[in-house]
Amino acid sequence: MRKLLSAMTGLAGATLASGQALAQEIRNPAEEWEHLWDEVMMDITIIGVIMTIAAIVMLIKYRATSPDQVGTAKKLTTVQSISFALIPAAVFMADDFYLAANGWTVWNAYRRVPENAMEVKVTAYQWYFEFEYPDGTVADGTLGDDDLPKPILVPQGQPVVFRMYSEDVLHSFGLPYYRVKEDIMPGRITYVWINTEEAQTEAILQCAEFCGENHSKMSNPIHVVPQAEFEAWLAKTAAEG
Amino acid sequence: MSTHATTAGHAAVPAWKEWLLTTDHKRIGVMYLVGSMAAFGVAGLMALIIRAEQMELGMQIVTSGTQYNSFLYFHGAAMILAFLIPGLTGFAANYFLPLMIGARDVAFPRINAFSVWLFFFAIILALLSFVIPDAPDIMWTGYPPYSVTTSGNTAFYVFTVHLLGFSSILGAVNFLVTVIYMRAPGMGWNQLNIFVWTTVAAFVLQLVFIPVLAAAVTLLLFDKYLGTHFYDPSAGGDVLLYQNLFWFYSHPAVYVIFLPAVGILFEIIATMSKNRVFNYKAAVYPGIWGIVAISGIVWIHHLYISGMPDWIRLGHMVTTLLISVPVGILVLSMWGTLYKGAITYNTAMMYAASCLYLILIGGLTGIPLALPSMTLHLSETSYVHAHFHFIMALFSAFALFGGIYYWFPKMTGRYADGALATFSFWMNFVGVNVTFWPLFIIGKEGMPRRYWDYEMFKDVLVMGHPFEDFHKVATVGAGIIAIGMIMQTYNFIHSAFKGKPAPANPWNSRSLEWTHTVSPPGPGNFGDTDVVVDENWTPYEYNK
Repeated sequence: MRKLLSAMTGLAGATLASGQALAQEIRNPAEEWEHLWDEVMMDITIIGVIMTIAAIVMLIKYRATSPDQVGTAKKLTTVQSISFALIPAAVFMADDFYLAANGWTVWNAYRRVPENAMEVKVTAYQWYFEFEYPDGTVADGTLGDDDLPKPILVPQGQPVVFRMYSEDVLHSFGLPYYRVKEDIMPGRITYVWINTEEAQTEAILQCAEFCGENHSKMSNPIHVVPQAEFEAWLAKTAAEG
Repeated sequence: MSTHATTAGHAAVPAWKEWLLTTDHKRIGVMYLVGSMAAFGVAGLMALIIRAEQMELGMQIVTSGTQYNSFLYFHGAAMILAFLIPGLTGFAANYFLPLMIGARDVAFPRINAFSVWLFFFAIILALLSFVIPDAPDIMWTGYPPYSVTTSGNTAFYVFTVHLLGFSSILGAVNFLVTVIYMRAPGMGWNQLNIFVWTTVAAFVLQLVFIPVLAAAVTLLLFDKYLGTHFYDPSAGGDVLLYQNLFWFYSHPAVYVIFLPAVGILFEIIATMSKNRVFNYKAAVYPGIWGIVAISGIVWIHHLYISGMPDWIRLGHMVTTLLISVPVGILVLSMWGTLYKGAITYNTAMMYAASCLYLILIGGLTGIPLALPSMTLHLSETSYVHAHFHFIMALFSAFALFGGIYYWFPKMTGRYADGALATFSFWMNFVGVNVTFWPLFIIGKEGMPRRYWDYEMFKDVLVMGHPFEDFHKVATVGAGIIAIGMIMQTYNFIHSAFKGKPAPANPWNSRSLEWTHTVSPPGPGNFGDTDVVVDENWTPYEYNK
């Protein structure tokens, strides 16, 4: 019990300290996600390989050699019984705390919005997104003249936070490229922020909470472009709107 | 034999009437088996349609997005509520739990019959949703506001849940009273089969948590049809209230499925290894009851991207990671039961061995999902879909199929093992891997759930291939499973009538359902002599 408490205190302290450090630097949650993914994959692969080898070895080694043969496992003594429960429990818990600590750090990277982030308001409808920029320009995510979903642009260099609300049913703002999503609903404003240090034209926004007939069709490319290109696009969008 | 003469020269009762009016737990078990396998068949057909549709971009099989959505809704709801839960807690518990504890039936046989008839009515209601013009299209989770504003018939969903929930609660009371009061003299708690313990735990979970699901869906019914606003923020309600109520039940519900499946595996492994259960008390107390204790405080991991406050998402990260401790202890006992065993391989043991692999994949791929930061990306992707299929559809279903093969000689007096059984096992095992591994891969790259089309991702390449190629492989896998399952079903039916005759205890088990009954057990199970066990007896007495 004491060990548990001191581990949790240490964890809390480390998290606070790392949280402070994180607030100052530019964070890239998607990159941190990938690092954590690699660590977790390594973790579960090690466990999986050990258990698989143990199973295969025993399934082969302990095959009966005659029809009346019985197993020869002895009943565990009380000490053995408790040890075989406590020691694995301790190992699993140690692994759990390691994962929790790393998970906590990456969580904070996602949830702390940088102070200089550009605020874009998102309203979700069945079945499209609408984006409102700080200067009041509204870009709607419906299909363009080419019958393809319109790309939505944001400027490179300044983090962007999407503050989101739905007018009708549950939707979700899914950006696999940035390894992030969050639900959108009536009655609450939720948020997602992204690091825009790198320009890109690959990110795809997809609705990620079932919302009816055209749930599979509620999507827009989200492009990060140099400031000048963004401002030209914004002006053009404002003029068309 | 189509009629059975009664004593004292009364008129013979026709067989159909006997089954209709039966209160015998064994017959009720068979009724649950037939109902759950029928549900499996229809829901499986839905899965084939879904996989055929997802195989290529564009719409090929379904006629509309709404039709796809209604098929997907039926697949999920039927597999969980009409196949897995009734198959494991309905069929397996009903047939074998009383036998294992030396009881002649359950505590309340007529309520038991009422439970199975509620189940049948629920299936009929669910199937009727195919013939109405406004089939439910709300997914098995049924989240508002969509489930309130849709023109789909949410009431069908709610009433099906009511019927099944009521059936389960009655079953829970029945079996808990049975185990507490009707064990054979001499049978203490630490002499129970692991399957009995896991089933007791599953029923405790049902009893405690189903009322919350009932509340969730009933408030939904009121919002949609009576104009209330429990889930409507524009009039003081809260959208997230539903999700919390729903998952407060639905997370423990996965243990209602997982635990009896694990219990069946322990029975198969212990018998086929002729070995005692490894660290029995650890498996039961910190293992099974540890899972039950923690199961009620992890539900927020289904709401990691839902907009709930950060502190509760992180709190449930800790509890969700911690539940791996009792699961690990239970799994270690399962592995340990093989140690120094004397294993013989029948079809049941092949399924059990495959379950060791399936529980590893299903359980370990859940670990990233325990972390909210990982789930921020993986949520609502095919990664989650593949994870829960490995642990629920594959692990739990394969455990159930193993149990059917294992107990087949007891239920019918015949073996179901043979070339057809072995071949269909391998078709199923290969098929499930071919179906679900590709989905992990494209899920991590963002392939969403509940999408009939994924055109926006057509330029995304994973290992040089677009998502469509992975979907094609998955659909081939589904076809392999379909063949395997059809062959297996045929095998069960054929073997019930024409299988090789089996003795009363073909696997030389020490468990009471094998040692003290004929095959199939007659009325009253044990003949004229009540079962009494020695205080040192256990069902795993292979080597004292």
